[in-house]
Amino acid sequence: MPAVQAKSISCPNCGGSVQLRGFAHTLSVVCQQCLSVLDATTPEVEILQKFQGKTQIKPTIPLGTRGKIGGTQYEVIGFQVRQVADGEDTYSWDEYLLFNPYKGFRYLTEYNGHWNFVQVLTAMPVPTRARGKPAIHFNSKLYLAFDSMTARTVYVLGEFPWRVQTGDPVACQDFVAPPSMLSSESTGGEVTWSSAEYMTGAQIWQAFKLPGSPPPVYGIFANQPSPYGGSIGSSWRTWLWLNVALAALVFFFMIFSPGRVAFSDHYAYSQNIKSDSAFVTPTFQLDGRESNVELNIHTDLDNNWAYFNFALINDQTGQTFDFGREVSYYHDSDGSEGSRNNSVIVPGVPSGQYYLRVEPEMEIGSPFMRYDLELRRNVPNYGFFGLAALLLLIPPALTTFRRGSFEAARWRESDYAPSIHGGDD
Amino acid sequence: MSSPAANCPNCGAPVKFLWSSAVQTTCEFCHSILVRTDVDLKKVGEVADLPTDASPIQIGTEGAYQNKNFVVVGRIIYEYEQGGWNEWHIVFNDGSSGWLADAQLEYDLSWLSKPPQPLPPNTRKGQAFEWQGKNYQVTSLTKAHYKGVQGELPFEYWDKSDLLFADLRTIGGDFATIDYSEKPPLLFLGRAVEFDDLHLKNLREFEGWT
Repeated sequence: MPAVQAKSISCPNCGGSVQLRGFAHTLSVVCQQCLSVLDATTPEVEILQKFQGKTQIKPTIPLGTRGKIGGTQYEVIGFQVRQVADGEDTYSWDEYLLFNPYKGFRYLTEYNGHWNFVQVLTAMPVPTRARGKPAIHFNSKLYLAFDSMTARTVYVLGEFPWRVQTGDPVACQDFVAPPSMLSSESTGGEVTWSSAEYMTGAQIWQAFKLPGSPPPVYGIFANQPSPYGGSIGSSWRTWLWLNVALAALVFFFMIFSPGRVAFSDHYAYSQNIKSDSAFVTPTFQLDGRESNVELNIHTDLDNNWAYFNFALINDQTGQTFDFGREVSYYHDSDGSEGSRNNSVIVPGVPSGQYYLRVEPEMEIGSPFMRYDLELRRNVPNYGFFGLAALLLLIPPALTTFRRGSFEAARWRESDYAPSIHGGDD
Repeated sequence: MSSPAANCPNCGAPVKFLWSSAVQTTCEFCHSILVRTDVDLKKVGEVADLPTDASPIQIGTEGAYQNKNFVVVGRIIYEYEQGGWNEWHIVFNDGSSGWLADAQLEYDLSWLSKPPQPLPPNTRKGQAFEWQGKNYQVTSLTKAHYKGVQGELPFEYWDKSDLLFADLRTIGGDFATIDYSEKPPLLFLGRAVEFDDLHLKNLREFEGWT
């Protein structure tokens, strides 16, 4: 069988030649010279609509342009401007009809630089309710009602596989699950559902190999994917895994690197003994590379406090590390405050022979205090882990905040804007 | 699958059958509608010129659906106010037959099914039915005109005029048609399919498209 031939008809209004790109699928076509809408199915070519306005509108993508979307080549064969007159504000969007002689018809819509690739659905979605608004569960996705409006076709160019006419109202409703959207259009009791996928102007320009740059983008579109949307779950997942890793690291250090005890002893202190409370310990060895030491103080304080002045002194070089710590522990029937124990970490202590100089202080009249001192070499600093955990929180928290702002901006444009209905997310 | 050729009782041209169970076919040359009897072919009518259509499918187109190969052996052509469509009669390699509808390049596969309960004599948009555990809803009612037949069909089909079809769909993409041209009405159950799902070969070619 020979290839199906493209045909052309002549316009009965102006006599111009009208080329048909949609073969026998085309029911109506617009004469590009006089803009009359013609019936393409009858040999005598009837005029369906003679005049549709003075101004010629030039589609951003010219009729006859071919481009590849999802691996299929489509030709732009029709163009409509569809308008919503919503009382105070009137807006319109462009709708391109795409054709492939095997795969059929698709649509491209453009509004404020936002594009959607649209296919008529063969399944029939059933609206239910979710999160306090009408919604549709479809193909394991939840689509939330976004808005509804009455649209009219106000301008047509090219050809269509239906009897196109300007002016007829169509009731439309959109449900979004970015980057997807389900839309219904009802006329005369017949409901047509379609599904749309958001596309950027850059993707369209690449698909159709168009010159120049796509029209600028204004605002956030109903089903525009959030730049933070895909990453919010994953950023928190990453955060969780990093914390698990951090916890494992802490655990590892606790087991395998608790620090080696360099020195420990038991002492007692009484404030009543009027001698100099300061004393020095025997010397001990601190090994290895320059590293920290941790001094742990365990006391038997009871509703009292003590202050310890310490000096870690190198026996050979005389290098001294001075530091102090308060230990205080108070409790009553309501609970307790402070702790009987405290510790100090002294960083950057070189190896060598050391001794400690210890000078406890207590309030006059305080009872006798027993205490232990224990000096550990090379202990992990868990404070760093806490800091790391805090820092890890920043990226997911930031992402969550940005996403929240983006979603708020999206839903402000909806019939279901939170300010009107309240309580919605 | 093909059976020995017979001759057209009208013009004498050889008439070949692709499907041994065909009840009716058309003569390629004189467009007579021929019905098989026990002994020979009987001319019952004539097909007027077929309307020009742009279906990529033709008689002899082969395809596969769910790993079952099929070939297109015949069609019924309908027209309604928003254009025309083809019901392609397809025969699977196990000898069973079904229908591949092509309505403006939207494709549906369906098979004649026995309704569990008798179908109502009429229906309306939105009416719900449950068949094989699925919830169908009437999505469109189409008043159509029979425009012609071509090739082999599983029944006699030629003296039709105005017909009523109810199309039904489910949320999962299942498809059904109630054909009110017969009494009682016929039920066809199937699925909406994408062009690529059918793995079609031997298709028509279109000027300017490769």
